Amino acid sequence: MRNKGLWFVLPHFLGVLIFALLPFLDVVRRSFCKAAGGFCGLENYIAVWKNEAFRLAAGNTLRFTLVCLPALLLLSLALSLLLYGIGRGGTLFKNVFLMPMAIPAACVALIWRLLFDAGGIINGVLAAFSCPAVDWMRTDSAFWVLVCSYLWKNTGYVIVLWLAAMAGIPQSVYEAARLDGAGRAACFRYITLPCLAPAAYTIAVLSFLNSFKVFREAYLVAGNYPQRSIYLLQHVFNNWFLDLSVDKMAAGAVMLALVVCAAVWALGRAISSGPGI
Amino acid sequence: MRRGYAVFGMTVLLAFAVIAAAPIVFLVTGSLMGDVEIREYLSPVLTGAKGYASWRLFPVYPTLKNVVELLLDSPEFFLMFWNTMKIAAGILLGQIVLALPAAWGLSRGNFPGKRFVYGLYILLMMMPFQVMMLSQYLVLKGMGLDNTLWAVILPGSFSTFSVFLMYCFFTEIPEEVIEAARIDGAGEWKIFLFIGAPLGRTGVTAALLLQFLEAYGMVEQPLAFLKEKSLFPLSLYLPEISLEEAGFAFCASLAALLPVLFLFLAGSKELGEGIASSAWKE
Repeated sequence: MRNKGLWFVLPHFLGVLIFALLPFLDVVRRSFCKAAGGFCGLENYIAVWKNEAFRLAAGNTLRFTLVCLPALLLLSLALSLLLYGIGRGGTLFKNVFLMPMAIPAACVALIWRLLFDAGGIINGVLAAFSCPAVDWMRTDSAFWVLVCSYLWKNTGYVIVLWLAAMAGIPQSVYEAARLDGAGRAACFRYITLPCLAPAAYTIAVLSFLNSFKVFREAYLVAGNYPQRSIYLLQHVFNNWFLDLSVDKMAAGAVMLALVVCAAVWALGRAISSGPGI
Repeated sequence: MRRGYAVFGMTVLLAFAVIAAAPIVFLVTGSLMGDVEIREYLSPVLTGAKGYASWRLFPVYPTLKNVVELLLDSPEFFLMFWNTMKIAAGILLGQIVLALPAAWGLSRGNFPGKRFVYGLYILLMMMPFQVMMLSQYLVLKGMGLDNTLWAVILPGSFSTFSVFLMYCFFTEIPEEVIEAARIDGAGEWKIFLFIGAPLGRTGVTAALLLQFLEAYGMVEQPLAFLKEKSLFPLSLYLPEISLEEAGFAFCASLAALLPVLFLFLAGSKELGEGIASSAWKE
């Protein structure tokens, strides 16, 4: 049969064309034009690149990604190894870990405010152990609050992914290795890690995509202009949007799209040539 | 040595489980506290009084006052709740009618450009909202849809992430099953409706559930595309409740959380399996 399945895909594809692809191509065109119209070459790109808010935000976003991705992958890998060890009883734990993913950011914004206020609950606990108080949201520690919030939300999701990948490794491989005298550490280093590599790529990419959603917590707790260290690209775009700076937004969107593509490609390279794999 | 390892592992897991579930406990206790009690614990945050806020796991004077206030005295909450529901339902419906067949067609079909379309979908799936923000806004404005709920529903209906997730599940259905149906004379639509969709049930449920959670908690899209307050979903309304009414804020947050929590508990098995199946695909 010719063109099998085409009619299944076509309606959705048309929607994607209308709401994503064509308008994005239009934005690419606009990125080379002045806001009022007329070709202007790379002017918008240069303006965005020189924009101080953009630079600060790009740096913060980069730092956030570089801290969060490894932290998330390692933390969830450690927890999944523990869960894998306890076998069947792990399902309950898995569901509890997955729960934060279902909780809307808006529902926890209130709790974040109560926890991390200068007179908040965390500082109360710290004081009980006679540690100095920290003004979490108004100093650079805001960055770490956001990191924790990201870890809290995404660890469960990534654990499920790791566990799925681990379940795919045949037990017979481990048994053979043990017969040959391999210990726990050797099994992990030479069997588990290499077998997880293909999944690690998917996991890293999905976690990277989700890292952009921390804007929700950052925005709902701290608004349009949060503390410097958590002023992210998402804030810049949102503020440009409020000012209707179409030219800057267009150039910014194209740059961000290119960076995301490059990052996904780099992740693939980093993982396929990483240590021990 | 082995025992020690097991005890250590269990302790770590329990500690993280407590952290994961803590906010829910917080919301429940807060909802049952009266204003006086809440003010007593939280006054350092609310009024800047000296000292630090504290909390109790069980209220000393539990009351349903906040619940009553929410049910009888807060029409905004219900307005925004229905906005959220309309958005989530609209997106879900769009996904069922459009994304589900698309995922089937991509996994089982054979037409020129299939690989290109799949690659394009993966690429679009990776783009954060900020990349598409301006493009979507310009289209929606051109159609006169900005500042209506459609502005949030329509782009959401064409999200490519759920296509990817369902695709992962559909590719796992053995070709023989479909071949057998074809020999028995079933048409392509029949095969999709009576064999593909039921066999891929877990993946479809997981994709739809994830999409619902996503639509329910959406912040970026309504923030950009909706100007009028009466169109706001809960996710924009909740953070606006002032801390002065902390008890009410707790109760409203809990009420907003309950529907997704129930859905999550009902579908956690499918959700787990659905997410898991994407681990191997690129």
